[in-house]
Amino acid sequence: MAGSVEQTPAPLSGLRALDLTGELGWLLGRILADVGVEVQKIDPPGGDPGRNMEPVLEGPNGSVSASWVAYNMGKSRLDLDLGTVEGRERFLELAGEVDFILESEEPGVLDDLGIGWSILHERYPSLILTSVTPYGQDGPLAGVPASDLELMSAGGAVWLTGDADRPPVRMTLPQSICWAGSYAAVGTLIAHHHRQITGQGQHVDMSAQAGLLPALVHAPSFFDLLGENPLRAGGYLVGRNINGAAMRNIWPCRDGYVTWAIYGGAAGRQSNRGMVEWMDDNGMAPESLKSVDWSTFDVATVTLAEVSEMEAAIAAFLETVSKAEFLEQADARRLLGYVVSTAADIAADEQLEARQVWSESFVPELGQTLRFPDGWLKIDGIRHGVASSASGGM
Amino acid sequence: MTVDLPERNGPLAEIHVVEFGGYGAGPAVGKSLAEHGAEVIRIESMLRLDGFRTNYPPYTGNIPGVERAAMFAITNDNKLSVSLNLKSEKGRDLAIKLIERADVVVENFTPGSMDRLGLGHDAMMSRNQKLVTLSTCNQGRTGPQANRAGFGSHLTSLSGFTELTGWPDRQPALLWGPYIDYIAVAYGAVAVLAALEQVRRTGVGCHIDLSQYETGIQFMAPALLRYFVSGEVTHREGNRDPNAVPHAVFPCLGEQKWCAISIHDDAEWLRFANEVGEPWAKEPELSLVSERRAQEDRLEELISGWTAGQSRESLVERLRKAGVHAAPVNDMGDLYADPQLRYRGTFQRVDHPVMGEHAVPGPPFILSDTPGKVTHGAPTVGQHTEAVLCGILGLSKAEFEELQLSDVLK
Repeated sequence: MAGSVEQTPAPLSGLRALDLTGELGWLLGRILADVGVEVQKIDPPGGDPGRNMEPVLEGPNGSVSASWVAYNMGKSRLDLDLGTVEGRERFLELAGEVDFILESEEPGVLDDLGIGWSILHERYPSLILTSVTPYGQDGPLAGVPASDLELMSAGGAVWLTGDADRPPVRMTLPQSICWAGSYAAVGTLIAHHHRQITGQGQHVDMSAQAGLLPALVHAPSFFDLLGENPLRAGGYLVGRNINGAAMRNIWPCRDGYVTWAIYGGAAGRQSNRGMVEWMDDNGMAPESLKSVDWSTFDVATVTLAEVSEMEAAIAAFLETVSKAEFLEQADARRLLGYVVSTAADIAADEQLEARQVWSESFVPELGQTLRFPDGWLKIDGIRHGVASSASGGM
Repeated sequence: MTVDLPERNGPLAEIHVVEFGGYGAGPAVGKSLAEHGAEVIRIESMLRLDGFRTNYPPYTGNIPGVERAAMFAITNDNKLSVSLNLKSEKGRDLAIKLIERADVVVENFTPGSMDRLGLGHDAMMSRNQKLVTLSTCNQGRTGPQANRAGFGSHLTSLSGFTELTGWPDRQPALLWGPYIDYIAVAYGAVAVLAALEQVRRTGVGCHIDLSQYETGIQFMAPALLRYFVSGEVTHREGNRDPNAVPHAVFPCLGEQKWCAISIHDDAEWLRFANEVGEPWAKEPELSLVSERRAQEDRLEELISGWTAGQSRESLVERLRKAGVHAAPVNDMGDLYADPQLRYRGTFQRVDHPVMGEHAVPGPPFILSDTPGKVTHGAPTVGQHTEAVLCGILGLSKAEFEELQLSDVLK
């Protein structure tokens, strides 16, 4: 893979979108831009209020929200006042020139302005409208406002995380907007596929609350099958063992934390054995751990007392190693684990560098060129991304 | 011959998918497609079962069993299962025949495994010019870490999420399960749908090399940008937020009942203070965001005292009515009873021959003309082997019975 600028067009190049979204929908348009759609972001007079959200980035020309920059990268911009008749007329004209419209207003707002789904669909039957809202277009909670904290809570994600002796917590970096935007992109492209066959557009109704269910994986099933509510357990992994034993997954090391756990299965046995061998090479493996027969060890049926004894010895050992040493030995000994990375660790990661994930773009609001994660789409060895797309830049 | 294949409808009804691998990151992409009508054939083997069938409780009745695991059941609804032993030549031949008629292959074996089986994308392109292959793995198929095996729960830590979850004075808390896998599922489905458009345009298939790590850091992007611009590293802050104060989860009446409340500006604070009505809420200096920030510890304590005696439901309703951001911290049981999720039909119930009736989460989005549907539960291992080999590939009954006597269908 030479160079990041490629001549091969991205798969959806030539398609166009108007993006009216606020925070909840930003990533949807960004992902469409990632796969080649030319996305034009429409801002109200005075600009998108989301530009001021903390944390902001400070540059020579001013400051702007980090989240706003990250999820609007690759979109071109147009100021349009949908509060005026002229603005709405212009919008309805522009709508006839595009393939997708993306929005995240409270349900009914576009209808009240005379530019909602029924009007758009009547005028432009092939147009796709995707709406991203907290709870969806209809239903008892439609129109109830929610920020990330409420969505993570209503979507079940907060319940599952945190220490048992304190209230449950949400992840510090807002995630509901990302789940909503990315799954809305899936729905939008399924609607596009349908349009390619029938010529008909659809209204895609994305609920950010429902968008969190994929993040919960099988946690709800504990209730469905067994009537159980898995309780947050800090850095321990629950739900792997029929005796309810929690497996330690986060371990302090010399310069931060690493993640590793006692596992079952063939790969798990190798990983467990490798850890004990590494400890033994450093004279830190107690006899009780060395005598475990990993070939018959079963993570699903081991008892809490057995696990705790093993973990105490492993914890004492891991406190003596650094993150870099852990990664190196994990690689050499086929341990199933990684480090608990900070942004600084990710920025320095050799794999991401080798795979040309980073791009750079000039951000006028900041007055400087900025590095950002870009090239996740790799097709036939060609890396696509917004820094090399037709719309380019900000 | 009776062909026991379920009826399929939906926008992707013309799309044929063959799926190799297991766990979440590959199969959940197939799920998204299958719920919108695609024919998704999972290639399985009794000799090397999907880890989602064997390694993850809960199981129906808390009794482990290949056909009892919810993890598999909620990831493979609407699909067909064909049991093939890919270590046998005839098994591989049958897999190739299925790939020849497919639009999409989804696989999440370790990089190189499909090539070694003779099923790699380049080899298959000579038989099926229009084939789209999605290969999804931890860190991508190239680069120094390409061959690193690992679980999604650990990759979630490598990608920065764990560091940002929990209390600043404690060690990080884990996110549930393989969080990052399901980020890669959305990006993987987008990539497949985009690639299908490319095939429509060019008539030529393509290979997608998806790194779960690279998709995961898209959800981390604001923290990365912040680091690149200022060198500042974002750390976990409990429930606090730089844009709203107070912004926390408060106890309510009953065991483990919690309510999320956030106040985003001074006007919202006044609405909230009015609803609380206690003397502390009326302190004039608290009408300023700077003062609420300075007194955040105290405020959280006072609000907790106010919420602790109230039922979660009535508190949430009361605050929402007053124009204050609030939501219940739904536990897993609450999700199934949630009025909005029920209204949208997000969880759908299916019948399963071993598990009985159980819930499957359907798509989080609703398409107005062609909404996705969970039409049938996950298949048992090899449930559709005969139907697919005879009904689709045209094997005779005699040929099929001969295969049954060998190790090909194991």
